[in-house]
Amino acid sequence: MVNTRVTLRLDIVSAEEAIFSGEVEMVFATGIMGELGIAPGHAPLITALKPGDIRVILPDAKKEEVFYVKGGMLEVQPFVVTVLADTVVRAHDIDEAAALEAKARAEQALASTASEIDFAKASAELAEAIAQIRAVQRMKKQLKQ
Amino acid sequence: MTVAKEVRTKIRSIKNTQKITRAMGMVAASKMRKAQDRMRRAQPYARKILQVIGHLAKGHPEYRHPYLQEREIKRVGFIVVTTDRGLCGGLNSNLLKHSLQQIKQWKDKGAEISLCLVGTKGENFFKRIGGRVLAHADHLGDAPKLADLVGIVKVMLSAYTDNQIDALFLCSNEFVNTMRQEPTVQQMLPIVPSTEVQLEHYWDYIYEPDNAKELLDILLSRYIESQLYRGVIENIACEQAARMIAMNNATDNADELINDLQLVYHKARQAAITRELTEIVAGAAVV
Repeated sequence: MVNTRVTLRLDIVSAEEAIFSGEVEMVFATGIMGELGIAPGHAPLITALKPGDIRVILPDAKKEEVFYVKGGMLEVQPFVVTVLADTVVRAHDIDEAAALEAKARAEQALASTASEIDFAKASAELAEAIAQIRAVQRMKKQLKQ
Repeated sequence: MTVAKEVRTKIRSIKNTQKITRAMGMVAASKMRKAQDRMRRAQPYARKILQVIGHLAKGHPEYRHPYLQEREIKRVGFIVVTTDRGLCGGLNSNLLKHSLQQIKQWKDKGAEISLCLVGTKGENFFKRIGGRVLAHADHLGDAPKLADLVGIVKVMLSAYTDNQIDALFLCSNEFVNTMRQEPTVQQMLPIVPSTEVQLEHYWDYIYEPDNAKELLDILLSRYIESQLYRGVIENIACEQAARMIAMNNATDNADELINDLQLVYHKARQAAITRELTEIVAGAAVV
């Protein structure tokens, strides 16, 4: 089969925003196993990315654009490339540290808490809060009349 | 003139309060728009990652990742997303009430409950009423970063892998529109396979590293993270919308109060003038 298409569609997205979307001639990225150059018609591939640059060659006048990603995933289909970029540098021990911090916060914040939920107390408290709001709304209505 | 003076001071103080509520309302409106914008920007990632997960899962139908497997539910985890600050109407109370109903339902079925709290309002609530809390994050600000949520997601995912919980739910507010925010409870784990993703192709991928399971593992945890991120951002949009409404109501109320007080003030002033006049006339009559 002769490939007539000379561009591929590239989407670079992160959990916080879409970084790039458009037609490109070629993509260069740093995979976990080494440098990758992806041209249209590349074999399907999925790889994890190392923190590094993603270099893109745009179709008009061979302009280049460079995006920095802090790791992520790269999915290649013959004419569609998707980069799922991470917004933070990820590594097992960094994640572990963040998890420990979240646990520590929980322990610190709720040091004196009993481990069983007191449903009666909870519903009483919520009912009170909601009743207060309702009362304010009712009073406001009465004022208007 | 003492009554009139008192009323005047009162009017002035209400006007000052009104200035604050009006400013807070406007700030909340602009923050709400920003949060909505952030929600929109996060959408493409969620869509793309679902597609990739779909492709990968289809390429390996024999491999069932633990996150996709349903098991008997004996222990349930809840991530409860609340706001850090108050003055946002019944937003937190409604959410907590809704979450509590769900928690109670599971409890009645004999499930053990673990919690993960985002936001100080939830923290204060569960501090008073108890509950086993695995992880907690607060003071994320108006524009939380995904990095702030990595820790708590990791805690909940390891709890799931270590069989400490068999299902994970996310309780947060859904932004219906500016006037309406609905408390919702969504299942995060096991991941509910979505019917939206239509797979027209089957790709025989090259994997780097040569282990699809490892890649799927990363992808799925990223997916859970992005879901929680969306939940937190959406909750912020809800918070700002609710605050905007609450503050606008407060401003309107202040207006009404001022009108009423103004009436009282004029009456008092006129009464005083009339009295003075009567006194003068009476005095003149005596002479």
